[in-house]
Amino acid sequence: MSATLIAQVAIGGLLMGLVYAVVAAGLTLIFGLMDVVNFAHGALLMVAMYATLLIHRATGLDPLVQLPLVALLLFGAGVVIYRGLIARTLSVRVNAGMVQIFVTFGLSIFLVGAAEFLFGSDFQSINASFLGGRSLAFGAIILPWPLVASGIVALLVFLGLFLLSRTEFGHALEATREDHEAVALIGIDRDRVFGIGWGIGTASVGIAGVMLANFYYIAPDVGTNFALIAYVTVALGGFGSIFGALIAGLIIGLVEALTALFIDPALKQIGIFLIYLAVLMIRPRGLFGHL
Amino acid sequence: MSLERPLLETRRLFAHYRGLAALHGLDLAIAPGEIVAVVGANGAGKSTLLRAIAGQVAISGEIFFDGAPIAGLAPHRISRLGIALVPEGRRLFPRLAVEDNLRLGAYARRGPERFRPLDLVFELFPRLRERLRQRAETLSGGEQQMLAIGRALMTAPRLLMLDEPSQGIMPRLVDDIFAAIARIRAGGVTILIVEQRLAETLAIADRAYVMQTGRIVLAGAAGAIAGNEEVRRAYLGM
Repeated sequence: MSATLIAQVAIGGLLMGLVYAVVAAGLTLIFGLMDVVNFAHGALLMVAMYATLLIHRATGLDPLVQLPLVALLLFGAGVVIYRGLIARTLSVRVNAGMVQIFVTFGLSIFLVGAAEFLFGSDFQSINASFLGGRSLAFGAIILPWPLVASGIVALLVFLGLFLLSRTEFGHALEATREDHEAVALIGIDRDRVFGIGWGIGTASVGIAGVMLANFYYIAPDVGTNFALIAYVTVALGGFGSIFGALIAGLIIGLVEALTALFIDPALKQIGIFLIYLAVLMIRPRGLFGHL
Repeated sequence: MSLERPLLETRRLFAHYRGLAALHGLDLAIAPGEIVAVVGANGAGKSTLLRAIAGQVAISGEIFFDGAPIAGLAPHRISRLGIALVPEGRRLFPRLAVEDNLRLGAYARRGPERFRPLDLVFELFPRLRERLRQRAETLSGGEQQMLAIGRALMTAPRLLMLDEPSQGIMPRLVDDIFAAIARIRAGGVTILIVEQRLAETLAIADRAYVMQTGRIVLAGAAGAIAGNEEVRRAYLGM
């Protein structure tokens, strides 16, 4: 096995890891903000991928061009999900946590079912895109452009989230996450912050969906596996930590790629779940969690 | 002082807190510019009263602020009307810097003037200016209380409610806090204070209400209540 091959696989794994990280960032942002685990997160990734596919078929717009549009669409979806479903669960007095799990789980089942009903369960893909088929060569290392671009966009998402955290709204978001009763004492509308938080969280997963649509198959259950990886990423990075999601995503992408290379592609997720078990046993709060 | 047009008035105010009846039909009124103290033993319902006015506990009855009914409004709306609560335990945002805690106090306000109360905050509590970049959680108890009061002042309140501002603070800083409260009132802010330190509180207050098990059992000039031995023994357990 050549060093070039190992380097190529490792870099590919890190790039995929950045995509995992963005999916996980949306999940961990919402969890950190209001202690709600969004079980529909994977389904929202799927929705973003289908949205990209449909818009591409209807208008011919390249996925890259669609990026802001789909991100905005998913932002809106997040706000609507918060206002329509999650906000109602906050006033539940008994077993509110369970109710939130069932609500988001139910939403996931609904979205996946709706996609199957509307589009069938066949795998689909975007065949002609600007990035499709192109690759980037560094000497003997050859990387597909769709993956490289996904990594770059993922880094931009993290840069955006970092810059957001420095703004006044970012401070309000952090304050709300620390004490969502006390923010009301200074006139901050908790519901508005929660709603925008959901919007940002689902817009993040939407951006990941658009980039994945460039090179990944699209099917109703495509989000399931990404969501599973996102839960592991969030657990490893620390619940609620965006920076933790970035580091954990990179680790998981790398481990997955190297497991596939050195052991067996069919077993590539074994490494990930071994990490998950190790985190649970050794450091349950994750690498950067505050719990 | 005139109570013909109170800044804050409650009528037959009832509240339930954690399943228990905590306020039993309270009537009280505060005139603009007053410092009013609410005193009483632990569990008398003093904190619940402040939380009820701030919209943080379910109530029945009426509350009027500057003549307008505010009972049932969301807490953030009550804050925006000009009622600030410095809660028990301070409830700062521990991982945010001192400066960000203060600036967030003005988050809901608009316009170029919104950070102006910072001048007053630094004048009252110069120590905060030296700690602007520190996280709130790294401050001492007294500094945290100053920050909590400062954050409340950033909302530009007309009524400032303080819940046990001396709790967990070194004696030397307690005097600073009480001096600051007097100066805040001198700036035109009406004050409603709940405190265990009876002597210091009644010394700066104009009037006081004595509460016992969710009811007001006595009201009057602060000096009269401070000097009444029977009141002190019967209601305040001193």
